Amino acid sequence: MMDKGRRPRSFYVLGAFFGVFVLFLYGPLSAIILLSFQGPSGGLTFPMNDISTHWFTALFAQQRVRDFWGAFQRSLALATLVTLLTVVLLLLAGLAFRRRFRGATALFYLAVASLIVPSILISLGIGLMFNILGWETAWYSSALGAHLTWTLPFGVLIMFAVFNRFNPSYEEAACDLGASGWQTIMGVVVPIIAPSLIGIALFGFTLSYDEFGRTLLTAGVDNSLPLEIYGMTTNITSPALYALGTLTTGFSFGVIAIFLAVSLTLRKQGHRSRWPRAATPSRAAMALDNPAWAEAARERRCATAPLERPIAH
Amino acid sequence: MQVAPLTLVFVGFLFFPLLAIVVVSFWDYTAYTTVPTFVLTNYRDVLSSSVTYTTYVNTFKYAGFTWFFTLTIGFTVAYFLAFHVRTFIWQLVLFLICTVPFLTSNIIRMISWVPFLGRHGIFNSTLQAMGLISEPLEFLLFSDFAVVLAFVHLYTLFMAIPIFNSMMRIDRSLLAAAADCGASDGQVLRDVIIPLSKPGMAIGSIFVVTLVMGDFITVRLMSGGQSASVGLMMMNQIALLQYPAAAANAVILLIVTLLIVMAMVRIVDIRKEL
Repeated sequence: MMDKGRRPRSFYVLGAFFGVFVLFLYGPLSAIILLSFQGPSGGLTFPMNDISTHWFTALFAQQRVRDFWGAFQRSLALATLVTLLTVVLLLLAGLAFRRRFRGATALFYLAVASLIVPSILISLGIGLMFNILGWETAWYSSALGAHLTWTLPFGVLIMFAVFNRFNPSYEEAACDLGASGWQTIMGVVVPIIAPSLIGIALFGFTLSYDEFGRTLLTAGVDNSLPLEIYGMTTNITSPALYALGTLTTGFSFGVIAIFLAVSLTLRKQGHRSRWPRAATPSRAAMALDNPAWAEAARERRCATAPLERPIAH
Repeated sequence: MQVAPLTLVFVGFLFFPLLAIVVVSFWDYTAYTTVPTFVLTNYRDVLSSSVTYTTYVNTFKYAGFTWFFTLTIGFTVAYFLAFHVRTFIWQLVLFLICTVPFLTSNIIRMISWVPFLGRHGIFNSTLQAMGLISEPLEFLLFSDFAVVLAFVHLYTLFMAIPIFNSMMRIDRSLLAAAADCGASDGQVLRDVIIPLSKPGMAIGSIFVVTLVMGDFITVRLMSGGQSASVGLMMMNQIALLQYPAAAANAVILLIVTLLIVMAMVRIVDIRKEL
């Protein structure tokens, strides 16, 4: 099944299945994007009547009474805060995960618990807790905490996966060559885990930006965007709803594209520089013909690279 | 020290809130206020009501169907990506294609089924044009069918990713060895690949089942308010400000969910799989 050459018939059957699955994922989404560009007489289903941006204008005309921009700004601010906190907290925790420490298992199970406790329970619990303590719920306090209970455990799982494969000899080598603790972290550890951190940031941002259940009872008086959208689903029955879907989906796609572009740029820079990269461990060695030199370079590569290049902060 | 902030978030926004739910579940309430005291009436009300049991049966039904379909589809997709796509770059590209919709709004993805399933939607008009049915099928939108369809649409990826992860860790020489010993592709699949991807299936199942068990918005939107789930039952009590009753329901839901997860974890040590 893995040999090169002619593909077995099962490949085509499974390939077709995969194609149908992708259609299943994207079909409905593309339908509402198409339908949102209908003319004024358009309805909720096909066929399309005309092409116009009527429903986008209608959406914003309706927004005079609703707080669409406010909700969007709050969701954006909340997602940015959640992303920053998630990345910083997990970077710190990641450094601890390099070695086994007391409580690592307990923390791991806490993270797993945070993933499997239904979102409505987190929402209700935080709402009740703030109520008992006499605090006001707000998007920047209670909802922020609620979102972190969703984004952090994903990151913890990714961090555990990263550091289970992390080779401590990189750091030891840096240390042997006289790098300080800070230099080791910024010059060796962070570059190695950078792709995972970008992944964690992307997850953090999109999970928070779209989160509904955990926000419902914790957002306080001001709605977040998903709450606003949910409100609209119950009282808008025109293609304006689809226009809203097109806009938010377009925004999500934009965010994903930015994160992908950043990670591709980092990857390219990684190839150009001689910074240690886990994905291409033998590049430096391959550049040298002499087997003895290659061996020596392989021994040295992760330790010497950060020192050859001044570390700028 | 470095894990202190992380631990604080979990303690402050997971442990204490759950504690608050447990405490409030023993409080009493009237139509207007909540009374801090210690009563068991909330639990007695929940456990003696037949509505509770029918709601749980309904929620289990959603979870069961969703689990079956996400497992079947997720496994097939992961199998194709892991064993039939040969280059890493194509695996990555196809994997990203599957992941992108997962990063967009769930509510919008639910709404996007309306043009397909509605009375005058694509399915009905296509079937009518083909002459297969004369009247539009009513059960498509706002039904249990729509609820399960939306769940499968939303959560298949939670199943596919862990299974794909497990499959990528299978030593390819095992497959060659099995083939050398004369195993057919089907036998390799049954006796090598499926047993070795069980941990991924278990992790995916935990994700999907817990997401469905606690859901209320998908059921609300896709059933048009005609079906019940445990989460929806709680939301109704919250809307009526019956917080202690909702809290008692929450505690029971938490226990039920944890029991299901513990049963699944017996199959697999999650931490070894990362």
